[in-house]
Amino acid sequence: MKDKIAEKFLMVVAFSAILTLALISFFIFQQGLPLIFKAGLHNIFSTHWAPTRGHFGILSMIVGSIMVTAGALIIGVSFGLACTIFLSEFSSGTIQKTLKPIIELLAGIPSVVYGFMGIVILVPFVRTHFGGPGFSVLTASIILGIMILPTIVSISYDSLRAVPKTYREGSFALGATKWQTVVMLLIPAARSGIIAGIILGMGRAIGETMAVIMIAGNALKIPHSILDSVRTLTSTIALELGYATGDHRAALFACGSFLFIIIVILNIIAIRFKGKE
Amino acid sequence: MLLTFTMLTCTQKKAGSGIIIAGSTSVQPFIEQVADNYMREHPGIAIIVQGGGSTAGIQATFNRICNIGTSSRHLIGDEKRLKQILIAMDGVAVIVHPSNPVDNLTVEQIRGIFTGKIRNWKDVGGKDEIIIPVTREEGSGTRGSFEELIMEGEEISDRCLVQDSNGSVREIIATTPNGIGYISAGLVDEREKAIAIDGIKPTPENLISHHYKFCRPFLLLLLEEPKGEVKKFIDYVLSPKGQKILAGNGLIPAVPFNNER
Repeated sequence: MKDKIAEKFLMVVAFSAILTLALISFFIFQQGLPLIFKAGLHNIFSTHWAPTRGHFGILSMIVGSIMVTAGALIIGVSFGLACTIFLSEFSSGTIQKTLKPIIELLAGIPSVVYGFMGIVILVPFVRTHFGGPGFSVLTASIILGIMILPTIVSISYDSLRAVPKTYREGSFALGATKWQTVVMLLIPAARSGIIAGIILGMGRAIGETMAVIMIAGNALKIPHSILDSVRTLTSTIALELGYATGDHRAALFACGSFLFIIIVILNIIAIRFKGKE
Repeated sequence: MLLTFTMLTCTQKKAGSGIIIAGSTSVQPFIEQVADNYMREHPGIAIIVQGGGSTAGIQATFNRICNIGTSSRHLIGDEKRLKQILIAMDGVAVIVHPSNPVDNLTVEQIRGIFTGKIRNWKDVGGKDEIIIPVTREEGSGTRGSFEELIMEGEEISDRCLVQDSNGSVREIIATTPNGIGYISAGLVDEREKAIAIDGIKPTPENLISHHYKFCRPFLLLLLEEPKGEVKKFIDYVLSPKGQKILAGNGLIPAVPFNNER
């Protein structure tokens, strides 16, 4: 009897999580889609964003989100992979035991703190050494790159570790060096896990809001260089929702709809790669 | 909008004798000070001051989510159905970094900078450096006033940086040598420099004597005639005491008062 009650209770709780997701997606599209149809795709995919005057162009924000995410991936993946390979293959047990928790700790730092560090340290640094306003694609990419490190490191570390020991031993027995083993054997073997980690990191980068608002400058123009300011989809929603009414508000939900679609696609890809393992 | 507000107010359910004030982030710091003083003099009354923005404050007043709404811009169209009480006027100050040699700009120059036609400080008498203009987000009351007072119908360029509060605009200008932005004149401090527009600086004297023309109203909004605690508080804001607090923070009081008291 008690078993039955517990089972039913757990089922209800489990379904409530799914229900939340269903409600969120329903709400976003219900609010955003009417405007997309009303304004027309050519209006939505323009670069002119003046929602209080009937211009709902979100192209520059989509481009902004993609640029910042790509920048974050370049930094996050190169540092993340180097770190993972070092941790998993080239370091002793004690180094692993200290370094890995520290990297995972990075995930626990609130994004507003990253943003604050960005404003205080990185923005003036970029401004004085590279030029431009300092609030730029480059600054946002560096901060986001650091923010996605723990995701990339912990998932790709697990998949590198999951490669059977016999593979390594076989490779050494054939006379391969450690580096050759890593590049030619381990990385290809752990490929799907590494890619899943990268895609999950990408999801975090594209969805990040607070830190990006603080350091990207939020100018609406499509950036011409990595030193120009940039506006992402998420920052637009967070910046303007407090004031928005009517069509302006609907336009922000339209931003949300596009973001939702992008993130769902990323997650489907990630799940596919994970499933292959 | 409704949902956002319900979520906002759920956490702060209406207390027995409480007043909820919501709206303009420009009015917020000033009304908070008046409310603090009022609460000190009238223990037992809780006044909660929330931000959200002028447009949000107007909506909240219509939806009875707050007792008093605040706005830092004139009401338009249907919004005029609300009862408006002018509590003070506020100057909109154009600010630059203290190290910037430019002290004075004409309205045309400022408009040129924000429309993107003027891009270098040397064109307006400064150093040979790129201008970094900072504006407020679409829908902000301060931005609305700036567009009305300075831009005169021209659109603010999309190359401007965008920030979502007076505080963050001020923070950027204070740390960016080539920046220029606009905030409430009452909030300018020593970390940035308010420049003169057409030769007139937004000093308290110039604001009160109406020499500085770039002013906007700070409004309290009500759905119906005030009564009870709400009326008492509004009377306090308009009393010499309340007005003195506002004037002491750099606003132009709406009700002339005797400085001696």
